[in-house]
Amino acid sequence: MSARTWNVAGLALVGVIGLVAMIGLPQWLELSSLLDVTVYLILAILALSLAVVWGYGGILCFGQSAFFGLGAYAYAIAMFNIGESTIPFVLAIALPAAFAALLGYFMFYGRISDVYLGVITLTVTLILFNAVNSTAGPEYRIGEARLGGFNGIPSIPPLNWPGVPDSALDLNDLFYVSIVLLLAVYFGLRWLLVSRFGRVMVAIRENEQRTGFLGYDARLYKLGTFALGGALAGLAGCLFANWGAFVSPTIFGLGQSAQIIIWVIVGGRGTLIGPVVGCIAIQWLTAYLGSAQLSKASLTQIVGPTVANVLSSTLGIADFSNTNLVLGAVLLAFVLLVPRGVMPTLRDLVRLPFARRRPARDLVPDKAEGTT
Amino acid sequence: MTERALLLETMDLGMRFGGVEAVSGVNFRLTEGELRCLIGPNGAGKSTFFKLLTGQLFPTSGKVLYRGRDISGAETHEVARLGIGIKTQVPSVFDGLSVRENIWIAACRGRSTRRANETVDTILSRIAMVGAADRVVGQLAHGQRQWLELGIVLAAEPELILLDEPAAGMTHEEVARTAELIREINRTRSLIVVEHDMQFIRMIASKVTVLDRGRVLVEDSMENILRHPTVRDVYLGKRVAA
Repeated sequence: MSARTWNVAGLALVGVIGLVAMIGLPQWLELSSLLDVTVYLILAILALSLAVVWGYGGILCFGQSAFFGLGAYAYAIAMFNIGESTIPFVLAIALPAAFAALLGYFMFYGRISDVYLGVITLTVTLILFNAVNSTAGPEYRIGEARLGGFNGIPSIPPLNWPGVPDSALDLNDLFYVSIVLLLAVYFGLRWLLVSRFGRVMVAIRENEQRTGFLGYDARLYKLGTFALGGALAGLAGCLFANWGAFVSPTIFGLGQSAQIIIWVIVGGRGTLIGPVVGCIAIQWLTAYLGSAQLSKASLTQIVGPTVANVLSSTLGIADFSNTNLVLGAVLLAFVLLVPRGVMPTLRDLVRLPFARRRPARDLVPDKAEGTT
Repeated sequence: MTERALLLETMDLGMRFGGVEAVSGVNFRLTEGELRCLIGPNGAGKSTFFKLLTGQLFPTSGKVLYRGRDISGAETHEVARLGIGIKTQVPSVFDGLSVRENIWIAACRGRSTRRANETVDTILSRIAMVGAADRVVGQLAHGQRQWLELGIVLAAEPELILLDEPAAGMTHEEVARTAELIREINRTRSLIVVEHDMQFIRMIASKVTVLDRGRVLVEDSMENILRHPTVRDVYLGKRVAA
């Protein structure tokens, strides 16, 4: 099967799974579980934002959470001031995009090297964390909205249909909006990647110098990619603020930033579906570990007393429900064992039996090459 | 023969890295349709000179004029848009992409998608890589990568093509075919070729500029260059004597 056939098959599969989930999940799941699924979908949009910036644009942004948080805060603050969600929704996307464009302008046009780009983006999100964290006093307000500092902003009003202030979305609606937006972002990005912009973007990732020799201004393309990533992260932030009706500075924190990168690494850099799968799987795992109270006793039941004893004595802990510990172990395992991530590895496994059937073609040298 | 227009000119071009003058006081003139070879021993300043022409380096003195326009220190992509294409010494290609995609990226800038697709097909047959079109470039042999890069440069349809050691690492037949291709390209384009291989330069037979320690030592036809006593001393001496 050709690469094109695989692409179409992959797209169709995602479309079918998306449709089935959209129709089926609200019927199969109770509202509380549906709410859990909704946040996975929202975070999957965030994962996609880094998937395009890092996986395809080759820009390792350590502070994708900055744009996520800005989107959430922009929505919350605008909502308290305006009351009708059309403008806040647009702002939640436009503001992070503009901020990403500004930051990107200095980074790309200043020819900052990749390592420093990572450092700068990480620093930016930590600065935002500290700045917002210290706005607890009542004097820190934007219009009607109190920033709340480390307490965050509670009771954020929900989205409504554009132009109809009374039609606030309930939690069921939010699920539909989230899944539709996730699918739209996914298919939109797939389209982008076959467009001229997307192809040049990937070429820049592969060899920036060569694109320059061909007349492309790589800085401008990177700026565009980075701003798009900012916009998508902002969209996710807006939905996230809706989901919990709450936003706090931890959204800018190191943990949040690292998590996004882990989703992409685990799911597979250079794919779109990988980070989505990685995000949902890891969020589910985190939630499961949080509720399961995986103590030494329960670990004994799973892996036997010997392994449990060795584990708890070498690590010096009795409580294995520490999510950060597990996340760290997951990341380590993937970097060492599945460095390309789940989806690329899985994809090759699925294609393997088909690829074997046509071994000749790649090995036969082109006659004109003069190698025969 | 009519007087041909001046395409590229450098005026007193100099590049200093700390205390080292890699290029100094180079006055170089290339007319339209010309094929010029640039030779010189290691460290003569050939690569630096190329980098000055393509905007990768900003000259510390002098300037570069392309069709009378000052391009010294312009951004690489601006230089490329004026119609200068470059093939680097170590093939600069898109390793993770297919051969076809590599050429498409070069062909599509400033053109319609249809035109780009047509160009891709033409170039693929011209560099004899139709059969390898869907292969990932990272898996290709060195000689093939050299050819692909040549194809990429051609696909962008530049007026002036700079080739930095186009025959390096090629087999004997590949070198011969590359020389043939360069002569063919020269029918419609101007070229500057940096090369070490004297055999190869003889094959493309053209005017030669010899650089030594950052300066133009001599500029003449290949036959005269080979007879030139100073050139024999600094560059060819041992080889010709042997």
